[in-house]
Amino acid sequence: MTDVEKTGKTIDEAVEKALTELRVSRDEVEVEILEQPSKGLFGFLGSKPGKVKVSVIENPSLKANDLLEKVLDVMDLEVEIDVKQDEHGIFISMQGPDLGILIGRRGETLDALQYLVNLSSNKDQEHKQRIILDVEGYRKRREETLRGLAIKLAEKAKQKGRNVVLEPMNSQERRIIHTTLQSRNDIYTFSEGEDPYRKIVISPRK
Amino acid sequence: MEELVEILAKALVDQPEHVSVNVTEKEKSSVIQLRVAPEDMGKVIGKHGRIAKAMRTVVKAAAIKERKKVFVEIDSI
Repeated sequence: MTDVEKTGKTIDEAVEKALTELRVSRDEVEVEILEQPSKGLFGFLGSKPGKVKVSVIENPSLKANDLLEKVLDVMDLEVEIDVKQDEHGIFISMQGPDLGILIGRRGETLDALQYLVNLSSNKDQEHKQRIILDVEGYRKRREETLRGLAIKLAEKAKQKGRNVVLEPMNSQERRIIHTTLQSRNDIYTFSEGEDPYRKIVISPRK
Repeated sequence: MEELVEILAKALVDQPEHVSVNVTEKEKSSVIQLRVAPEDMGKVIGKHGRIAKAMRTVVKAAAIKERKKVFVEIDSI
């Protein structure tokens, strides 16, 4: 956490000095009063300045944005970053030319970058926030593909009357398959194996 | 490429001032040696090497353009 200590004739003046130095606004910091100023006798004898400690409140979405900008810059990628935040987490979508390398095979690179951004931005935070990265709507498209796949393979399991085992997926992708099929009563789904090889099994109900 | 390793490592550790990288260029590959404070080793390796693996995946992607194989080695100072 970045913090500075400043003194001033009044608390406000000391805080103002700190804000100028940290280059942030009042609502981005926490102020701790270390010493109250005292006017002393007749306003000058024994007067004492006030002292404050001003700390910048760390903001995961700012940190994530900052890290991504640096990473994309050294990778020589021109990217427009858009950050949205709601009660479920922080969504960062990236748009630009030649971003295929940021996605990688089956989103491998995007997942790796997302994992690192989550770790770094939530470091030392009491309340961890989920950060989801997307490139050119990849996640949305992949979700639709997985839903289609889930329905197709559920039909297969039902018709053949035996288990259908899917290829290994990460927890995010497995959740999409489970939720797509959870309302059906002719088949059920479960996962088996250990990450990163954990995979879904679709099983017909007898 | 070493710059990318440095940015990622500094974002993960508690002591970014002790992060250093060194590159050895070979004909068809480069080896990036990442050094961090001993207390920070876990922060760049992770359980079962998960963090190190993620860093290597991102670096590999960035290296595609350069048509060179990049290896990231991790050590403590």
